Amino acid sequence: MMKHEKLLTFAIRFGFLLLLAGLAIYFSIAASGFASPKSAVFILQSVAITGILALGVTCTLVVGGFDLSIGSVATSALMLSAYSMVILEQSAFTAVCLCLAMGALVGLVNGLLIVKFRVPDLLATLGMMFLLIGLQRIPTQGNSIATGMSLPNGNVAEGTFSSAFLWLGRHRFDMFIEDLLPVPVVVFIVACVLIWVFLELTRHGRIMYAVGSNERAAALVGANVNRYKIAAYMISGVMASIGGILLAARLGRGDIASGNNLLLDSVAAALIGFAVLGAARPNAFGTAMGALFVGILLQGLTMMNAPYYTQDFVKGVVLVGALVFTFYLSAKRGTGHKT
Amino acid sequence: MTDVFAIRGLKKSFGRVNVLLGFDLDMRPGEVVVLMGANGAGKSTLVKIMCGSFRADAGQMTLNGKPYAPPNAAAALSHGVVTVHQSIDDGVIPDLDVATNLMLSRLTEPGARLMLRDKVLRKEAQAVAASMGLNVDVRQRVSDLGVADRQMIAIARAMAYSPKVLILDEPTSSLSAVEADRLFALIDRLRAQGVAILYISHRMSDIRRIADRIICMRDGAISGVFDKAPLDYDGAVSAMLGRKITQVDFEPQSGMAPVLELQNMTLRANSRPFDLAFADGEIVAITGLLGSGKSEFADIVFGLGKPRSGQMLLSGKPYQPRSPVQAIAAGVFMSSKDRASNAVIPAFDIDNNMTLPFFVKFSRLSLLSKKLQKRATENIIKQLGIVCRSGKDAIGTLSGGNQQKVMIGRWLLADCKVLLLDEPFQGVDIGARRDIGRHIRKTAIKRATLIFVSELDEALEIADRIIVLHEGSVVGEHLNAKVDMNSLVAQVSGTPREISMANL
Repeated sequence: MMKHEKLLTFAIRFGFLLLLAGLAIYFSIAASGFASPKSAVFILQSVAITGILALGVTCTLVVGGFDLSIGSVATSALMLSAYSMVILEQSAFTAVCLCLAMGALVGLVNGLLIVKFRVPDLLATLGMMFLLIGLQRIPTQGNSIATGMSLPNGNVAEGTFSSAFLWLGRHRFDMFIEDLLPVPVVVFIVACVLIWVFLELTRHGRIMYAVGSNERAAALVGANVNRYKIAAYMISGVMASIGGILLAARLGRGDIASGNNLLLDSVAAALIGFAVLGAARPNAFGTAMGALFVGILLQGLTMMNAPYYTQDFVKGVVLVGALVFTFYLSAKRGTGHKT
Repeated sequence: MTDVFAIRGLKKSFGRVNVLLGFDLDMRPGEVVVLMGANGAGKSTLVKIMCGSFRADAGQMTLNGKPYAPPNAAAALSHGVVTVHQSIDDGVIPDLDVATNLMLSRLTEPGARLMLRDKVLRKEAQAVAASMGLNVDVRQRVSDLGVADRQMIAIARAMAYSPKVLILDEPTSSLSAVEADRLFALIDRLRAQGVAILYISHRMSDIRRIADRIICMRDGAISGVFDKAPLDYDGAVSAMLGRKITQVDFEPQSGMAPVLELQNMTLRANSRPFDLAFADGEIVAITGLLGSGKSEFADIVFGLGKPRSGQMLLSGKPYQPRSPVQAIAAGVFMSSKDRASNAVIPAFDIDNNMTLPFFVKFSRLSLLSKKLQKRATENIIKQLGIVCRSGKDAIGTLSGGNQQKVMIGRWLLADCKVLLLDEPFQGVDIGARRDIGRHIRKTAIKRATLIFVSELDEALEIADRIIVLHEGSVVGEHLNAKVDMNSLVAQVSGTPREISMANL
């Protein structure tokens, strides 16, 4: 009885990470070439952008909200950066600043819709998602943006993606091996650390968890609940725009069709993160591990010749499994959560 | 065999915590058994086993002589074992109207009609409501009703199952005296009809009114049975706590300079304006029935509401808080009532729950310091006698009384000018109540303390001064030295003659 209890506690706490390790070991043995720095970096690169978006949505989950607009914020940032460089002929720096400002603004509007106009979070951000998907197509009349494209007035676009901007998506830092670590991976790791420190170690992060757990109680102890909620959506918006910038820099063009999967993948990563370390709540470390888990699984399966069209199914299975793990097992344990 | 319901040797543990260690209970038709127990004695677990939410580890229950072990709540109901839970919102569905709420059991019965007939539903609901003395429009949504009406509806709904055994878990904790009387009248009727009733409460006034037999419970076992008239109420309290409760004895203080002054304050459109001053070092109880304006009063001082007219002075300066943020910044703290919805952060442990309002004090460069938090909370845990392994325990693992201690301890971590405690003894047993009261009195210097309570016992036990509210007006003020109980009670219940005589 007692032993069973301990085992359950252990499983809830470390089960997911053990599964992750087991998976990595299995693929290393089963798929030749899986256990190499190149392959590890490839996995990291494949999850970096999703992971950055997922960290943002984690913040909104922490305050008890949800942000459906992150995917469209990312693609808007993609289009905006391309537009400002190729058509408006602005510098890389201006393009990046514009995108970040756009992300923050969208987050602010989301937050205000939810806090001031009392629109439920899912609906507000769903509305915003539609709005942005539509908006990003208007300036180019629904076309993708590429260097040298012809403009509606008959001229040819003079601007180009500056090399400084492309550096963001394509440069690789040397680490052990030359040209190993791509910039997006570094950005992802830095973002992980920053969001983790913010949520776990600062008082602001802790108050955001309080808002998510019992909003009314948080307000009655003098927390400015509205401001924290708006901040969470702004963080989410900015993170999504960073993701969009990195995607644009990798692609080198404003591709209207890219980034379709971003929303679902990043939300999945954040939700899978609930199961990590038995947290049973949104957390930055879990989100990063969740993103990594999906990345490892897909890379491993791909190397073992699983067809690409099974990918979404695999992700779905992992997500459902993680949710059962979180909500069923943790509820069975019956005690509260760790803090 | 006269027992309708019997329990023998019931045991239940959660992990390594043994909650019930062999509990016995007999219930006879037409008898009200009062179950008394301090917080954490195992009452709630017992109820949950009886109503099918938990399974016992050992022991058996019999209903009308047949073994009874409901696998779920529905099975318990179909056997006629009906429970009205303490948490009201478990008993009602807020988004549906009163009629649907009252008739819900009909809708879930096997063989119920597929199509609703609203007219019939309302008519039947009206009849149920009338039989309960419940005077509400059955078309209203339950979420629009007050707490007391919701509680009555939860109880009325239980009646629809025509119970053989009725379990009432602290049913009066949110009822006013008048409403409680209505409930007691109903209990009398059910008793006459031969329903066996298990009544769980620590309110002595309730127990005096309805108990046929008292069973005291402590640490998961029976600590006393009282069934000889006249019932020995003091003995029951001692048995419940395992020690004698001494009368609280203190010198009422008159306080120093005024800290908080209310001038020409009107709470409601038709209430009389009043002036009040609360002094340094003084503890004032503000009492009155549910709906007497206590909560409005507290909300106004804490920046959650605005008075119809009048102004406030804090330390002689105008004070007009527009939010709790401003109130707290000005040095006015409030521990809210209904801790589950207004105070507890379920995801946090004790340390974080307690230090929540003052995270700034416990962090350096915005980074929270566990060490600073721990140092502060350990002190409060010791002072208030919070029963826990450490500050790292999740708040949900504590009993109600201990949770309440954490919520009050929260506001004792920093110095304040005015401390408002709204129903600080809600759902708290008498032992925890004394612990809290003692600490509040001990720390009362250098602040004005306002305690909002509806129980007179609680007011008399802690306050230097008692102010009575009735329908938004101040109708009485007593120094807690030689209180004229008759006039106090009359003022609370709003007897007209007394109001005109009251010293305003």
